[in-house]
Amino acid sequence: MYFLKRAIFLLPLLLLISALAFALVRVAPGGPFDKEREPSTPDIERNLKAKYHLDEPLWQQYLRYLGGLARGDFGPSLKYRSHTVNDIIAQGLPVSLILGLLAFGFAQGVGIPLGFYTAVRKGEWGDWVGSFLAILAVCVPGFVVGPLLVMVFAIHLGWLPVALWESPLHAVLPTLALGLYFSGRVARLMREGMLSTLHEGFITTARAKGLSEPAILIKHAFRLAVLPVVSYAGPLLADLLTGSFVIENIFRIPGIGVFLVNSTQNRDYPMIVGLVLLYAVLLLVLNLLVDLSYSVLDRRVKHG
Amino acid sequence: MKFSTDALLSFKRAFRFLGASCAVRPLPLLLLLLLPLLLLPLLSARPAVPSRADLVIINGAEPESLDPAIITGQADGRVVRALFEGLTRINPTNAAPEPGLAHRWEISPDGTTYTFHLRTNAAWSTGQPITAEDVVYSWIRVLDPNTAADYAGQLFFLKNGEEFNSGRIKDPAQVGVRALDAHTVRAELTGPTPFFLDLCAFPTLAVAPKFAIEKHGDRWVVMPPMPVSGAYELVEWRLQDRIRVRRNPRYWDAANVHSSVVDFLSMDSPMTAINLYLTGRADIIWDKSLVPGQLMDALRRRPDCHTFDYLGTLFYRYNVTRKPFDDVRVRRALALAVDKRRIVEKITRGGERVAAHFTPRGMPVYDPPAGLDYDPDQARKLLAQAGFPGGKGFPVFQYLFNTGKTDEQISVEIQAMWQRELGIRMELRQAEWKVYLVALRALDYDVGRSSWVGDYNDPNTFLDMFMSNNGNNRTGWKSTRYDELVREGNRQTDPRLREKFLREAETLLVRDELPIVPLYFYAGIHFYDSARIEGIHPNLIDEHPVYAIRKKRGSEPVSSNR
Repeated sequence: MYFLKRAIFLLPLLLLISALAFALVRVAPGGPFDKEREPSTPDIERNLKAKYHLDEPLWQQYLRYLGGLARGDFGPSLKYRSHTVNDIIAQGLPVSLILGLLAFGFAQGVGIPLGFYTAVRKGEWGDWVGSFLAILAVCVPGFVVGPLLVMVFAIHLGWLPVALWESPLHAVLPTLALGLYFSGRVARLMREGMLSTLHEGFITTARAKGLSEPAILIKHAFRLAVLPVVSYAGPLLADLLTGSFVIENIFRIPGIGVFLVNSTQNRDYPMIVGLVLLYAVLLLVLNLLVDLSYSVLDRRVKHG
Repeated sequence: MKFSTDALLSFKRAFRFLGASCAVRPLPLLLLLLLPLLLLPLLSARPAVPSRADLVIINGAEPESLDPAIITGQADGRVVRALFEGLTRINPTNAAPEPGLAHRWEISPDGTTYTFHLRTNAAWSTGQPITAEDVVYSWIRVLDPNTAADYAGQLFFLKNGEEFNSGRIKDPAQVGVRALDAHTVRAELTGPTPFFLDLCAFPTLAVAPKFAIEKHGDRWVVMPPMPVSGAYELVEWRLQDRIRVRRNPRYWDAANVHSSVVDFLSMDSPMTAINLYLTGRADIIWDKSLVPGQLMDALRRRPDCHTFDYLGTLFYRYNVTRKPFDDVRVRRALALAVDKRRIVEKITRGGERVAAHFTPRGMPVYDPPAGLDYDPDQARKLLAQAGFPGGKGFPVFQYLFNTGKTDEQISVEIQAMWQRELGIRMELRQAEWKVYLVALRALDYDVGRSSWVGDYNDPNTFLDMFMSNNGNNRTGWKSTRYDELVREGNRQTDPRLREKFLREAETLLVRDELPIVPLYFYAGIHFYDSARIEGIHPNLIDEHPVYAIRKKRGSEPVSSNR
């Protein structure tokens, strides 16, 4: 029941987001048809606005947009005029999805064990080294990691391609460059979660019961300690799935992240609103799933 | 809430089934995390792009469209020129117009009527013949208000072209283009237009397929097979990835199309472009914006770096509606105090030439006038005459420019020069691209960075923009004398006489009235190994028909890093 209610609540929320995005993008100075070359007469610009209904009052444009949305139509791109927003999402989103899931897997696959290990070895050498690596990963941004990886593995060693999106090999460096930062964050969350859980009363009880240390750590502590990581996983996944402008740009990957940034620079109104909605849907649905998984992982949480 | 507890239980059961029941056993969790790896094969399973193309060109920004009527950018134009042809096409060596779909033409003695004779063997890539009706349809379509073509102005030279585009004339039959028979087109112009044959080779005037456009509407270029009139047909267009084309066997000159499969890579990052090129993944970089500025000195020394002059000018505008820039002495004083040589030698470093006049040299029958040289002493005198001796009392003003490393450096340099030579203070106002454009257009600036790249090989593409009512003027400067000189010049049929009028107009622009100050002429820059690639020739409009480019026989793709 609880989840049903939340799911129903998504709809008005999305409507609100679309209305806000629709209005806000039009507040920014300039429009989709402002270019270095002005059309030689004002008539040409008038024709352009008329064609895309930008000459109508805002509420009418919004209703028109909602009408399109109801049919699953995000409208035309005003920058890439031969493509619709649907075309562009259909081409870019699968690429960003693949790369995002790979990076997500990398971030969790490296971050969780690393965080777990450093927490268990707290104060020892392993903790120092592991924590240092995690902090390093968080501190060095993608636009530094990306070119560094390219320089070492693609140019000097020649093991991997420098860019483009053609084969599994082409996915290795972008996955590392995109996932590294998040693996550091996940490791730190996991470590904190583990450390605070190990102070909980039920761990002491478990120890008193004489359970083996691995059983305590894995069966009892991990389960609770991983909760912050899980709650972070929702927004993280939404973030990764919608692509990364920096990484897509460095490795020239035909994903959706580049469009998310460029469309705002181009004032490509339907494109911005469409991508904002896409991001919102992903974020809301994934958050819902995260909350759902809470009740599975932590029995103290009960919904309904 | 019995129902939801049940749901929860079944949810748990589902998880247990997956083997991650309590997320306690690390192994299943690990497997879950490795799941994304299963996606990897998807990557290699994608269709097409099976093999390397015969020619891989790093082309520049993602084209906005491949519809010849709609595009405006140069990167777009390079692909579209490979796909669509007009009545003329450009010659690969000198970029002059030569017969395209029309194999000959007659021009009336007064220069206002062109009669084109189409090739009888011209056909769409899908088989249908290309007729005079197609030409008429394509041109009317560009002018049609419903097409909303940015570049409709390229056809305002046709009689009633502008009137039809503005909606003042509703009947397309009144526009000055007619099919006399299946293979003859007559164009009636508003005046002698010496560059009309150049325009016929411009993408906007290319011939587009009526039958496909009427069937698919605005999306006709993404509905395969797209019928084309040019040397190549479209194989695949993946956004932010590549446009792959292959030789169009129905092209009238197919025998002289040298490379069968060509990839145009779209790219924004100069570093990625140079990496791909240096590792042998691309054969040509031919977009100036894809050369990393920081590496310019090292890259220019390479034997595969080719620089050449082309029709582009960097300049700044004065807003002459604002004080003190309404005073021509002030405008001239500031112009004389800019050491342009320093800008091209210290900042741009790509072989650019200092500009004293607005139109680049090298256009047919036009020798640009002498402009102003660097003369700080004279500048100080003029500023004193204007009432600001030593810069005293000169208001603080702003220099508007867009985000870009080079433009930032140039504005800082100019700021220092004016401070040093004239004692005046200027603030820098850097703005995001669209904000910058809106400010220029609304005359919401004092002095503003500007640039212009010519569309065709004629001074008119530079000079008509400063006529009083041109949307690209953006200085607030209106001169009836200038308007009259440009108009009168364009009415001449004698090229020498025309040159005289246009030169006089440009003299107003760069010496007498000075609403703008040219800084330097752009240099084109290409990367390709001339030992392996042939068919690219430097020219003023930086256009290089793809059909003429090929790898030399016996040259293998070399994969070298340094």
